[in-house]
Amino acid sequence: MSIPKPAGLGQADVTPRPVYLNRRKFLAAAPAAFAATRALLAPPALAATRLNIAAKSPFSTNEPLTAADVATHYNNFYEFGTSKNEPARNAQNFRTNPWTLSVEGEVAKPRKFSLDEILKLAPLEERIYRHRCVEGWSIVVPWIGYSLSALLNLVQPTAKAKYVAFESYWDLKQMPLARPETAGIAFPYVEGLRLDEAMHPLALLSVGMYGESLPPQDGAPVRLVVPWKYGFKGAKSLVKIRLVGSQPPTTWNLANAHEYGFYSNVNPQVDHPRWSQAKEQRLPSFFKNHATQMFNGYADQVAGLYSGMDLRKNY
Amino acid sequence: MLKSRWTKAVVFLLCLAPFAHLAAVLFACLEQPDMSSPVWRILVPALPPNPLDFFTHLTGDWTLRFLVITLAITPLRKLLGLPDLIRFRRPLGLFAFFYGCLHLLTYLWFDKLFDFHEIWKDVARRRFITIGFAALVLMIPLALTSTKGWIRRLGGKRWQLLHRLIYVTALAGVVHYYWLVKSDIRLPALYAALVAALLLYRLAMSILRRTRQSSAVSKPTPVES
Ligand code: HEM
Repeated sequence: MSIPKPAGLGQADVTPRPVYLNRRKFLAAAPAAFAATRALLAPPALAATRLNIAAKSPFSTNEPLTAADVATHYNNFYEFGTSKNEPARNAQNFRTNPWTLSVEGEVAKPRKFSLDEILKLAPLEERIYRHRCVEGWSIVVPWIGYSLSALLNLVQPTAKAKYVAFESYWDLKQMPLARPETAGIAFPYVEGLRLDEAMHPLALLSVGMYGESLPPQDGAPVRLVVPWKYGFKGAKSLVKIRLVGSQPPTTWNLANAHEYGFYSNVNPQVDHPRWSQAKEQRLPSFFKNHATQMFNGYADQVAGLYSGMDLRKNY
Repeated sequence: MLKSRWTKAVVFLLCLAPFAHLAAVLFACLEQPDMSSPVWRILVPALPPNPLDFFTHLTGDWTLRFLVITLAITPLRKLLGLPDLIRFRRPLGLFAFFYGCLHLLTYLWFDKLFDFHEIWKDVARRRFITIGFAALVLMIPLALTSTKGWIRRLGGKRWQLLHRLIYVTALAGVVHYYWLVKSDIRLPALYAALVAALLLYRLAMSILRRTRQSSAVSKPTPVES
């Protein structure tokens, strides 16, 4: 597995904290005449915990960060409503403590982790990743976490483990909108990766963003981030990780197999049936004018995982 | 009151409110005025994280809403006994067309940056775009012939027949919406129900009229659209 050249930039180098926390003004990538310069208003509603970052990551991009309140006020998190402005409103009282993440299945040492254990399992790194949604928009987010492999190595997958299934929290008391009849997808939300994808160092188990613990609408307290795949592969608010022998069912694939494949690698050459994937909108730009890169720009690191595969068929 | 010029002016201004909202958000995005003032707080409580999404949805929603309101005029005149509501039908229909054009412009400009090769691919290949496009194109002859002069030139009967195209536009708009949502179909289903009710009302009325006409052949009734 090749490790990329260090970009050497951390979040602190890109955007000083007061700039995005107070009256956030920044320039979006857009044609000069329409450069969308913005001043964003809403302060984060939830008191977040500051996280101690042990290291910056060589995996980080040095592209300009997306303002924190764009990333935290435009979410697909159907458990808290199907519109992208709903999770920021509806998730504010989501209780994430105490929390248990159970890791089970084809492993030598199945185990339940408390949030505290998760936070201390490996040194927390900051990783600035591009995040590309299947809907055609993208953001650049300074996540905090560590490679998922650190957790998987602890439980020791057996030889039978070929895939990893991820399950999100689901509780109608806390998430009254999370009904399959209305949202149109099944709950609990489940996603999956091949074991070698899950073990890839880029696959991130994230507990925070922008220097703090994850806001509830972005998947608190612990979520998956797979930067070379469309965003919906990154299951939020994880309660269960199961190692299994065959390809697990996944939520969007069950809802519409024709539109959302199991792999869902970012690929500008393979259109979604309802729109082209060649371009993306780097939020909060007005324009869909940013060229989408193969594997979201992580081809050097991950293309090897798919050598010999027809990516048009395995979309 | 319905007859007053002032009522018409108020309705006109109300119809422009979504446009004013859109213009305020656009201005705020581009010019970043000092938004701490109370006026801005009311006009634009928060900037949209995704302006393309915001403008597409605002204009698409209002196109469909104005189509539904326009279609509701005829039944409401009857059911509420307010024949003067007819004065609002033309401006309401034209506002549907106006917001439809803004919707198309948002797509052509922000989504496609006027790349007509890509636009053509979309229109030809993606059924939700094809049907949305058809819905808007069908509104063009209605907007062009919406004047008194055209009613005269075409003759009331033929004009009415032509303007039944709005039924097709409304249906196509609903299908467009149904095809574009990812999984939550509640809103398109609501619009489908509204449009179905408004069209079924007309169907029922026309059947009623026909049976009445055939039972009293000598007494012609005025045609209603
Ligand atoms: C001129 C051709 C048209 C094009 C190219 C077009 C394109 C689009 C696009 C790209 C979207 C956003 C899809 C998404 O969010 O995934 C959309 C949404 C929408 N369009 Fe259109 N459209 C057209 C005509 C129309 C017409 C005539 C109507 C109304 C009768 C309409 C009503 C809507 C509605 C209601 C939405 C959804 C808004 C929401 O989700 O809030 N569109 N359209």
